[in-house]
Amino acid sequence: MFQLLIQNRLSFMKKIVRHYSSVIVIIAILFIWQWSSKLLSIPKWLLPAPTDILNEAVNGWNTYTHHLVSTTYLSIGGFVIGVSVGLLVAVILHLLPIVRQAVYPLLILSQNIPIIVLAPLLVIWFGFGVLPKLIIITLVCFFPIVVATLDGFRQTSPELLHYMQMAGATKGQLFRKLEFPHALPAIFSGVKIAATYSVMGAVISEWLGANKGIGVYMTLAQSSFRTDRVFVAIGFIMVLCLIFFAIILTLEKVLLKGRMHTNG
Amino acid sequence: MGELVATNITKSFDSKKILDRLFFTVKEGEFVTILGPSGSGKSTLFHLIGGMLQPDDGTFTLNQEEITGRRGAISYTPQSPSLLPWRTVLKNVVLGSEIKGEVDFNQAKHMLEKAGLSGYEDAYPHQLSGGMRQRVAFVRALLSPQDFICLDEPFSALDEFTRLEMQQWLLKIWEEHRKSILFVTHNIEEALYLSDRILILSKKPATIVEEYTLPFARPRDQDLFLTDEFLQWKREIYQALQGNLN
Ligand SMILES: Nc1ncnc2c1ncn2[C@@H]1O[C@H](COP(=O)(O)OP(=O)(O)OP(=O)(O)O)[C@@H](O)[C@H]1O
Ligand SMILES: [Mg+2]
Repeated sequence: MFQLLIQNRLSFMKKIVRHYSSVIVIIAILFIWQWSSKLLSIPKWLLPAPTDILNEAVNGWNTYTHHLVSTTYLSIGGFVIGVSVGLLVAVILHLLPIVRQAVYPLLILSQNIPIIVLAPLLVIWFGFGVLPKLIIITLVCFFPIVVATLDGFRQTSPELLHYMQMAGATKGQLFRKLEFPHALPAIFSGVKIAATYSVMGAVISEWLGANKGIGVYMTLAQSSFRTDRVFVAIGFIMVLCLIFFAIILTLEKVLLKGRMHTNG
Repeated sequence: MGELVATNITKSFDSKKILDRLFFTVKEGEFVTILGPSGSGKSTLFHLIGGMLQPDDGTFTLNQEEITGRRGAISYTPQSPSLLPWRTVLKNVVLGSEIKGEVDFNQAKHMLEKAGLSGYEDAYPHQLSGGMRQRVAFVRALLSPQDFICLDEPFSALDEFTRLEMQQWLLKIWEEHRKSILFVTHNIEEALYLSDRILILSKKPATIVEEYTLPFARPRDQDLFLTDEFLQWKREIYQALQGNLN
């Protein structure tokens, strides 16, 4: 009886540990960080303690909210444009196989070039306004979407395609009723990558020249050795990415409801 | 209406002749089975009827109208059920009619109920057994507006028990609707139990070597399997198959 109780307790603990293990790791790291920075008295400009960062995050709220809002809008705008353009291009390439044959290898090749290196050029051409920033984010979001979507279309089950054709489906029906829904999981994996890229793209585009945004806040903090603020910025970038990710995950769950990962 | 006439159908792949001058007719409301060895070209014949392939020679007419090379003229169930995994059972069975235009969900629900699938309208294909998936595929074929159905070995992937159950189920549903069916199998008993007529296909290049009209009355049930008459027919067909294979 007693043993059973212990066993129950143990398995319960195990469940908690398994489920929350990553949270526990993060908390442990934060504790070690906190203690070591106090014990070794590391200067605040080199590595601020987590409590210092939290303090700045709470008290400095007014100094950075407008940066935060600006970056959020910028990433969302760039993300929406990038995903739309990416989807559009993928659909066009899919429906025009001749064009796809010519363009697809170039797309794959261009994926190996970090798009960010084009940023200085865009600044030269379009200045420091919103436009070059949106172009950068659009570019970084665009490729994962196009490649994932085209892959999704290409993997359409030949059996299902065969059935639909025998049933007399038109090209449009094939696309709407078979190829597009079939590609949705692949599209979502592209969208997830694009979401995190969009935040990164926004921050980097702000580094190159802007008057507000988390990127600007970071550059200012860095040049005045406000390391705590740099960490606050990093924290918010992470939170922003996670929120985007969570929204897309929820959307995916709703849209792909009832679907198995295999075909049946 | 659903009368299919195949005239002089010939098809080669890469100069290898697969089908050689096939002539046959499936009359309105008739259940005709094509019995032939594996690889003889049965699926190819369906792809020709369905317009996925163009015959080298010959024509198909449905109700006196030529349909050679035209898609969507017949309703078809491939060797695998081919249900869309992201659609529920109800949404899957209306697919054929959706492609052709009108969807009647009430009729679909009614049919699912009759097919013993009530309660599964909102289930997804992966939640069903293999036999149930085949039923769904067949209900989809019945609900399609075309009045001619082609079934390509629908039960070949099922175990013996499920297969018997499905054959009986198919007969029951079909006897109510009487759409013309062209059925393909390489199982002699299945052919005898289900059909009005059996066409026997030879080995490569395939041509129709024999035709049998079966005398068994409808509605049929599984007792038929054990009658002397059935066994005699089975022997005859078996010998016919053996004869043209050797
Ligand atoms: N698209 C194609 N190109 C070339 N050869 C083909 C093609 N489709 C089928 N064949 C050949 O035609 C022959 C008949 O194939 P088919 O699939 O029609 O046979 P089947 O009678 O349906 O066989 P099973 O009973 O195994 O389903 C085979 O030898 C196959 O290799
Ligand atoms: Mg076949």
